[in-house]
Amino acid sequence: MTGTVRSLLLLLAALTCFVRILPASADNTLVTDISSHLISVTSDFTGTDLLLFGTVTSAEGAAPADHGDIIVVVRGPQKEVTVRKKERVAGIWVNTRSIEISKVPGFYAIASNRPVDEIAPPGTLERLRIGPNRLNFSSKSEPKDLQDFKQAIVRKQTNVELYTSNQTAVYFLGASLFRTSIHFPANVPVGNYVAEVYLLQDGELISAQTSPLFIKKFGIGRQIFEFAQSYPILHGIAAILLALIAGWIASAIFRKD
Amino acid sequence: MPVYLPIAEISVNLFLILGMGGAVGLLSGMFGVGGGFLMTPLLIFIGIPPAVAVATGANQLIAASVSGVLAHWRRGNVDFKMGTVLLVGGVVGSALGTWIFALLKSAGQVDLLISLSYVLFLGVIGGLMMVESVGALLRSRKGTVKRKKLHQHYWIHGLPFKMRFRKSKLYISALLPLVLGFFVGILSAIMGVGGGFVMVPAMIYLMGMPTSIVIGTSLFQIIFVTANVTFLHSVTTQTVDVLLALLLMSSAVIGAQIGTRIGTKMKGEQLRSLLGLMVLLVCAKLAFDLVLTPDDLFSFTFVEGTH
Repeated sequence: MTGTVRSLLLLLAALTCFVRILPASADNTLVTDISSHLISVTSDFTGTDLLLFGTVTSAEGAAPADHGDIIVVVRGPQKEVTVRKKERVAGIWVNTRSIEISKVPGFYAIASNRPVDEIAPPGTLERLRIGPNRLNFSSKSEPKDLQDFKQAIVRKQTNVELYTSNQTAVYFLGASLFRTSIHFPANVPVGNYVAEVYLLQDGELISAQTSPLFIKKFGIGRQIFEFAQSYPILHGIAAILLALIAGWIASAIFRKD
Repeated sequence: MPVYLPIAEISVNLFLILGMGGAVGLLSGMFGVGGGFLMTPLLIFIGIPPAVAVATGANQLIAASVSGVLAHWRRGNVDFKMGTVLLVGGVVGSALGTWIFALLKSAGQVDLLISLSYVLFLGVIGGLMMVESVGALLRSRKGTVKRKKLHQHYWIHGLPFKMRFRKSKLYISALLPLVLGFFVGILSAIMGVGGGFVMVPAMIYLMGMPTSIVIGTSLFQIIFVTANVTFLHSVTTQTVDVLLALLLMSSAVIGAQIGTRIGTKMKGEQLRSLLGLMVLLVCAKLAFDLVLTPDDLFSFTFVEGTH
């Protein structure tokens, strides 16, 4: 592990040199990358951590006097969900109302070098959709308690660690180099992700970088899933044959005579 | 050791799944039941989505029934003619059951349907078993044995389309096994069970089949009905998790072998009262969950296609 970190630091040093020869601009600029752009979900996947790192350089290409603030946001693929609410009917709890809500990311994590409320005013945070409670869920119907339904999604996703706010901190190593690690739990949904890095100075957005990130199913698990989705008839027959064979083998093994 | 289940889309502990399969197999071997009515609720309790639990439970039951039926077939305890009539009804019933299941799944009521069906059937069957077996235990203690009539005649014997079932020594209306098979087929699709716990008492008490061939015949038709349920769930809802089914099968068959050996050492009435108690416990847990105020009144599911 330390070996990997050391080689990454070397890589960073190389990157910093690279940035120095870039043409100068007015403000501090940002260069970032992730330790891997592809997460493979195999049958023994128990979650993983990705290292996100980068540098802040001043207009002159040197280490800046004040590096400013960094907010990292990782968003998962957006989906449509049906949120249901239970009510007591004749003594038992029954789903009575449901609302379709779209633009729900399957994963959402943020990290920052200090609490986001101290970094920027609410308006800026709202505009950049920073924090699980500022996500722009949308729905066709607009009942009075829509907010309860939206909050339920955030609450449920937070419970299973798919939504986190400030799960880890962004650390500055010296004046320009920063790093953070983002944790992806075992139940992370597959799809296209995006990692956004924002550089802010005195509450003002100065620079932003986005990098793509893919989470894919690999190995036998993915093949089974795709087979079940694409060839449901064959999958059904295969499942039956497999069970018939398993039952026959069991009977043959344990046959008494 | 975690294992990622490709269809359920969650990671579960390998040894938990194997242990559960083994435990349910042990009980099914002891009591001579398929164990679906225990397996499906247990899968739901550990966090497998109910729809996946039902469909995968049915898949696992095929293997359990095949190994069971082969043993009974060798002893000549299967009435294939009766089994065929039952399974014709069963296949039609399970098709209707799967259709109801898919309909309620899209309406968000499938979990409730599964729970309510379990509470209702486990409550009735478990209660009847307790009353009957405790009564038998008390009688055996008193030492008096009531003699039953050899043949009883009900309105059932007046139904048309009479058919002769040589093995079962019966001459009854084909409508009876057809309707029974149809009804149990619906339960099989909705509850992920073989339905032996309804089928076996109905065959003995309602149709008057000899006890020795009841289990083999019931298992024979369960193979076809659970195969049909597996196929239809696979096609309509893609909820059959083959990996989960294979894990459950492999441990359940071993458990069943050990269970059979324990079962032969116990008295019939004791076994039945124990089984009745277990059925009532599962029923009570499910009923409790329906009445108890949930931690969170909200729940959500991803809409198909955007997943």
